Amino acid sequence: MSSHLEVRRGEAWERPIPRGDALSREYFAAAAEGRLLVQRCPSCGQRQFYPRTLCTGCGANPEWMEVSGRGTVHTFTVIRQQGAKPFRDELPYVVAMVALDEGPLMMGNLTGCPVDDVHIGMAVEAYVVEAEPGVGVAFWQPTSA
Amino acid sequence: MIVGIGLSDYPRAPELDSVGHHVLAMQRALADSGVAKTDIDGYLNAGMGMDESAVSMAEYLGIDHRYIDGTMTGGSSFEFHVQHAAAALRDGLCETVLITYGSDLLSRSGRTLGTGGFFQQRQHVAGPAQYEAPYGNSLVGAYAMAARRHMHEYGTTSEQLAQIAVGVRELAGLNPLAMYRDPLSVDDVLSSRMIADPLHKLDCCVISDGGGALILTTAERARDLRQPPVYVLGAAGAASHWNISQMPDFTETAAARCGPLAMARAGITPADVDTVQFYDSFTITVLLLLEGLGFCAKGDGGPFVAEGHLRRHGRLPANTDGGGLSSNHPGMRGIFLLIEAARQLRGQAGPAQVPDCRVAAAVGSGGWLSYIGTVILGKEHP
Repeated sequence: MSSHLEVRRGEAWERPIPRGDALSREYFAAAAEGRLLVQRCPSCGQRQFYPRTLCTGCGANPEWMEVSGRGTVHTFTVIRQQGAKPFRDELPYVVAMVALDEGPLMMGNLTGCPVDDVHIGMAVEAYVVEAEPGVGVAFWQPTSA
Repeated sequence: MIVGIGLSDYPRAPELDSVGHHVLAMQRALADSGVAKTDIDGYLNAGMGMDESAVSMAEYLGIDHRYIDGTMTGGSSFEFHVQHAAAALRDGLCETVLITYGSDLLSRSGRTLGTGGFFQQRQHVAGPAQYEAPYGNSLVGAYAMAARRHMHEYGTTSEQLAQIAVGVRELAGLNPLAMYRDPLSVDDVLSSRMIADPLHKLDCCVISDGGGALILTTAERARDLRQPPVYVLGAAGAASHWNISQMPDFTETAAARCGPLAMARAGITPADVDTVQFYDSFTITVLLLLEGLGFCAKGDGGPFVAEGHLRRHGRLPANTDGGGLSSNHPGMRGIFLLIEAARQLRGQAGPAQVPDCRVAAAVGSGGWLSYIGTVILGKEHP
């Protein structure tokens, strides 16, 4: 397990903000501390993301599982037209599905390299931007060597 | 069996609101079929919100129903409706079913492309969307991720996807009502603006106004009506996810399950199908659906479309009304697939008529490649 992820605090946040419910607040709070969570079912072993109050496989109650924050690009797109603020001022940008080393897929923006350098299979690592105090949103960047 | 079809006005109808499209389509389906409005005792509608929900529209239209269904699976809702309506008729829950759809999307929004975004700046978002909303994905971007993965795994090219748009446009040229009718080349598609890599503007459907209605009834009642009946030979629906980030395999839709199941229920194979109306929200949608139904092997969709099989004179003419890519797409296009399939089987498709058309498939996709519904229709009693 790697040490905690980089957390960027105090940046202006103009994007939609996770509202949080009883369960997701735990996920976003952990991310704000630099810990990325998925769920693991103690009954059948399934790993899942996004967090739910049940395992979608067997219906049992899942547990949190901290992951490494490392993965590869499973697929992606470069958004070049988007009418909504603030995204329309940030074009072009990458939306990717990242396959975590631990299994589940997670959506996120991939930053830190030219959009044309992004490719499927690219190794990436998570960092976190705090949207509001205690609400961390995971982003991705190319893995540093 | 389907005994009545009706279209409201498209692609632009600024004088109609969504409810007005429902009404006009219903009136035309009644006139088409010869069914009296008072005979309708089942109603299905995928509408959302206060005015357009099934219960609200049933009241507005004045339908005294014994069966009602508000299934909403996005654009494929109507393929699910036909499946449900056929079962309700078979079980005797009702005797004459009406399905309606209407949308003033173009006139209301003034937009012609789905990149408006789903959420507002600093909006607090709940539910599964809170894991996607911060990233600014678009509707086009969701489909683009599927296209990118398909290209990676199978070598599918942008040229091959463009061939789908080119073929559909050729058929739109035969439809005087289609939004875009001028011929299109592969280069035109590839040189159109990139919206969300690898999907260009001309890989995307139009946004239009429009509405449609279907009337289904029993064999006994169909005997006295105006039109040759169109038989529901088999239908099936399946889902793999709702939100795009939950799509388990970005190269395969639930068509791979419900397509073969619908054909098995109809007692046919892909070789028996004379025309298919695929949901063509994007070019990649068509490719994934045709692979799922087994018209070619998984991964072979690119070469299959490049060989021209889906074109006007191909062996499987598809989207013969000009599709969502060129004719009309008011938001949920599934009912138009069924109406065009019925026109083909009646022999009423005009210059786009497929010769000796006996079996037609309508394949709807709803959400983000999420909910797929397949309906196999036939000209002859099964």
